[in-house]
Amino acid sequence: MSRFNPYNDNGGTVVAVAQGSRVVIGGDTRISNGYNILSRNYNKVTQLTSTTFIATSGQVTDAQTLHKLLLAKVALYKHQHGNEPSLRALSKLLCVTLYSRRFFPYYTFNLLCGVDDDGQGKVFGYDAIGSFDELKYGAQGSGQQLSMSILDNQMKGTNRTDSYSFNSDPVGLVKDVFNAVAERDIYTGDHVLIWDVSPQGINQSTFRLRSD
Amino acid sequence: MLKSPYDTDCITWSPQGRLFQIEYAMEAIKQGSLCVGLKSNDYAILATLNRAPSKLAEYQQKLYEIDEHIGLCFSGLTADGRLICKYLRTEALNYKYTHGTNINPQRLVGKLSDKAQIKTQRHSKRPYGVGCLVIGLDENGPHVYETSPDANFYEYYAVAIGARCQSAKTYLEKNYETFSNLSKDELIIHAVKAVKSSAQSDVELNGRSVSVAIVGRDTPFKFLTSDEIEATLSQLSQAMEVEV
Repeated sequence: MSRFNPYNDNGGTVVAVAQGSRVVIGGDTRISNGYNILSRNYNKVTQLTSTTFIATSGQVTDAQTLHKLLLAKVALYKHQHGNEPSLRALSKLLCVTLYSRRFFPYYTFNLLCGVDDDGQGKVFGYDAIGSFDELKYGAQGSGQQLSMSILDNQMKGTNRTDSYSFNSDPVGLVKDVFNAVAERDIYTGDHVLIWDVSPQGINQSTFRLRSD
Repeated sequence: MLKSPYDTDCITWSPQGRLFQIEYAMEAIKQGSLCVGLKSNDYAILATLNRAPSKLAEYQQKLYEIDEHIGLCFSGLTADGRLICKYLRTEALNYKYTHGTNINPQRLVGKLSDKAQIKTQRHSKRPYGVGCLVIGLDENGPHVYETSPDANFYEYYAVAIGARCQSAKTYLEKNYETFSNLSKDELIIHAVKAVKSSAQSDVELNGRSVSVAIVGRDTPFKFLTSDEIEATLSQLSQAMEVEV
């Protein structure tokens, strides 16, 4: 007899790229359970403040609960401080929230992204128990390895012999990454929801992916 | 009020069927500075006259946001008021977390009154020393509530509590029947006029000593900026000069 397993990976990929004062966040819209698709239209990204977003892959129920909890903590912060928390403050808040469940973790792999107090776009990547680091770009989820290989190649110039620096549109890069991931990862597909966040505003768009 | 032999604690009745400690708590509200609440069909407004402990001090805040659809102000022991504010914020947030929707303002006010009632029936506790005015929005529109240390709450078209509130009440009684269809700006003018009518002549009315907040069907709870308040105040004093 097998014991009840509280954890279930619902698949999917999230990606974020920071450039200057801008950050681009993308998450696919597929939820899976094994070989079955549960939804083709699910949003994995939640806006926490006017300048910060959290993108989560892993188990959907844990992700939903975590997002709800963070929204409540942000509301409390706003009541107590009279202004929104900075990205920096939220990065620590997410860390301690995840670690508070160290012995029954949220099965969530998070990217916290946005524009910080200093006007710079930033990405913070987390593991399930709260370890985090500031990144220039990040990916989490079933397509993490495929995404990071492409992002390293394009943003850093790894695995290429020419001298190269990235100087094109990060939204285009995120679309290319998802197209590549959807080709080979069965859990990633259907649509990508993309947020282009900068001090000038937030531009949201949808992008079609293969549905197989 | 004169001292009475049955007023030592909350759990002793007087022969006339009164609980004096609660009545004394209600007196504390009359020592606090003015709060005014009023509503139309679309908006509810709170306005307060703030006090500063001395000329060197900042005016003390009495008007707080509870949630995007609920606001609170209080007269009396400000420390009790702030704790009540914290409690209401927590309850509203917990409701939103669990139910995904905004809490009904009357339910929230009822929770506060239930908490207040406990403090009137224990020998070891004292009643709250504040009366609160709460404005809130539900599917039927805006509402104005008053809570008091006797653990009751009432709903109003318009209300004033605190020091010299009778002048404000008289002004509101004269005018409340016209409030239903007023615009936001007209309603704000009535609120500020009500505050003005209770303020003594030596009290300085400016954007910091007067606070105003509004909630409405299309307006989440927000404070008026001190510039907006000063504009309304100067508009009123110009109008009064013309009348004279």
